[in-house]
Amino acid sequence: MDTSRSTSVQGASMWTRALSFVGRLLVAVGIPLIAFYVLYVGFIFLRDSDASRYVVALVAIIWGVGGVAVLYWVFNGIVERLPDALRTRLLPFVFVGPGMAILSWYLTIPTLRTFWLSLFGRDGPAAGLGLFQLFASQSFVGLNNYVAVFTEELMQQSFRNNLMWIVFGSTSSVVFGLLIALLADRSSFERVAKSFIFLPMAISFVGAGIIWNFIYEYRPAGQAQIGLLNNIVVGLGGLPQAWPQWVAIAPWNNLFLIVIVVWLQAGFSMVLFSAALKGIPEELLEASRIDGANEFQIFFLIMIPYIRGTIVAVWTTIVIFTLKIFDVVWVMTGGQFGTHVIATQFYRQSFTNRNSGFGSAIAIVLLLAVVPVMIYNLRQFREREAF
Amino acid sequence: MRSAKGQKVLGRSLVNATLLLLVLIWTVPTLGIFVSSFRNRDDIATSGWWQIIPYRDWRPVSAVDIKELGVDPDHIMQIEGVTGTFDQFRAGIETPDGKRVTWIGNKRLGKVEIQEKVWTASWNFTLDNYQQVLGGQDFTFRHADGTVEVHPGDNMIGAFLNSLTVAVPSTVIPILIAAFAAYAFAWMKFPGRRELFIMVVALQVVPLQIALVPILRDYKALNLNGTFLGIWLAHTGFGLALATYLLYNYISTLPREILESAFIDGASHFRAFTQLVLPLSLPALASFAIFQFLWVWNDYLVALIFLGGNPEFELVTQRMAAIVGARGQDWHLLTAGAFVSMLLPLTVFFSLQRYFLRGLLAGSVKG
Repeated sequence: MDTSRSTSVQGASMWTRALSFVGRLLVAVGIPLIAFYVLYVGFIFLRDSDASRYVVALVAIIWGVGGVAVLYWVFNGIVERLPDALRTRLLPFVFVGPGMAILSWYLTIPTLRTFWLSLFGRDGPAAGLGLFQLFASQSFVGLNNYVAVFTEELMQQSFRNNLMWIVFGSTSSVVFGLLIALLADRSSFERVAKSFIFLPMAISFVGAGIIWNFIYEYRPAGQAQIGLLNNIVVGLGGLPQAWPQWVAIAPWNNLFLIVIVVWLQAGFSMVLFSAALKGIPEELLEASRIDGANEFQIFFLIMIPYIRGTIVAVWTTIVIFTLKIFDVVWVMTGGQFGTHVIATQFYRQSFTNRNSGFGSAIAIVLLLAVVPVMIYNLRQFREREAF
Repeated sequence: MRSAKGQKVLGRSLVNATLLLLVLIWTVPTLGIFVSSFRNRDDIATSGWWQIIPYRDWRPVSAVDIKELGVDPDHIMQIEGVTGTFDQFRAGIETPDGKRVTWIGNKRLGKVEIQEKVWTASWNFTLDNYQQVLGGQDFTFRHADGTVEVHPGDNMIGAFLNSLTVAVPSTVIPILIAAFAAYAFAWMKFPGRRELFIMVVALQVVPLQIALVPILRDYKALNLNGTFLGIWLAHTGFGLALATYLLYNYISTLPREILESAFIDGASHFRAFTQLVLPLSLPALASFAIFQFLWVWNDYLVALIFLGGNPEFELVTQRMAAIVGARGQDWHLLTAGAFVSMLLPLTVFFSLQRYFLRGLLAGSVKG
């Protein structure tokens, strides 16, 4: 008797477990799928309607935002009506499923797919072949794309330029950010100064490109210069130049593009440094002053070591950022005049030349470059016992 | 006794002066296009925007046609009491009473101007540039069968609306999805919780370039390419890892007792989430919202790839890039357009600066 009851209980629990597994799967996959479908149908309706653009914009916004909220509500409602045991198992997946499904679709799986594509020629894997046939086919090129990435002349130029971006861009952003934070801390107009410095952070790269194009605007010598830089140069007795396009000084013409990003990013580093500097205990600074340290010693021997963590974080962030730099270069020079970077090459190969193999190999190289940071983040996370 | 106080005052003014200089350098680029956007087309093309600051310049008082003067430009001439060669007159010769005599034109045709140095400034301000950028006219095509097709012209209002239609859902959707996920990570137990969160942490720095080609293929297969939905989802996908991580950091620190007492009162997770956690997390939601909004509004690459095929859905950034490419010398359009494109992000930025700073300090930096 006893044993049979326990097996039946076991059977039932196995049954619930299997059911909950299927249910979990359905919920995790079903929620996003249905969400996409409903949104899609709604959107087709919107796209085909002849309403004015204002109406379309308004309806689209309400549809998009409301649709997602409603879907969560509906699925939660369904799951809450299920028996207790099932509900506690399924509910977390209603909450976490859509997010994880989207992350997988947009980042995790594409990483593998891009790596797969990078092993093939310009048109990707040939269609309708089995795995082994595929490896034997013409379209499979092995690591040839990677060889090309590191040997092609334009790619080497891009690596060199990206290195300049990383070295000069991130260092200057950090130095200026730190300098401004330090000065602002002791000035009489800290708030106003900081607002003005980080105002450029709200400006798009395209907008920044226009702003700086206007500064670099070139008029032949003898005409009135309308670009500020050339006006200053002519005023000092020099010759006007189209600075970012000035091939004769390549690769240094890249600096005229890098300046733009320093202008945009200094605000970011300033904000973080400012907060870090304010976190240094006043007693520490006071004690070192009493011990006779001058301001420079305090800065280099007390402040810098104290905020080292912030410096590393800011610096890493800007390095990653400059590694992927695209918009500024694309808008200002389109990669001409020796200013190509990895991301512009990626765009050119993937979408202009339609060489998906080469483009994917570049993307993978870009990914490999950030792997150390990823590992560092994961290690930090592992150290957090709480999770 | 030149006191420490005196030194302090000196130090402080040095700090203020240096900072002021830096602030000026940082502001001048934006100021330049702002000022230029209000100057008329010809002024922008022929003079620097800084000439709105009053300066002293030579202005003609009177002019004489050279034929009436009867001088020989190949020799030294005497005009209006000063002597010099043709080249000297071309450059302008100053008279003892502070005027200047300048030969305008070539040797045979032209005039001689008597000029005076006066305070002047280029102050012909106008709103025409904005009108032209915003209210561009529609192009009308008439087909052979008599039907009429209207295409929106170069009008930023359309692009502005498109950007808004892209940016608002692309901000709200990831936040909503991320908040649900963050709640589950913080308050629920489920298998795979740790592994999924490790995925979230790892994906934060993955460059989005890795996804563009495969996702574009999916979009072509699903007919999502060039639709608002497609770009909302793309921005959601690329912003979600960071959003989930940041919101988890915030939601997991909410006081346990509040939620536990809610559960004792019989509240479901859904109610606890919508009625307690969401309102309590408002600061974190707001600070991420600002970042995501600015990021989406200012984005160029994602829109270029997923909306690029559909000119009807052109966004502000693409419109601006197109004007740069096609009419890079039309500074009256570029400056006004750039300012229109900056208007909304700057407003958001300044009105919500507090949240923006909070977000920055919490680590809102996109991978």
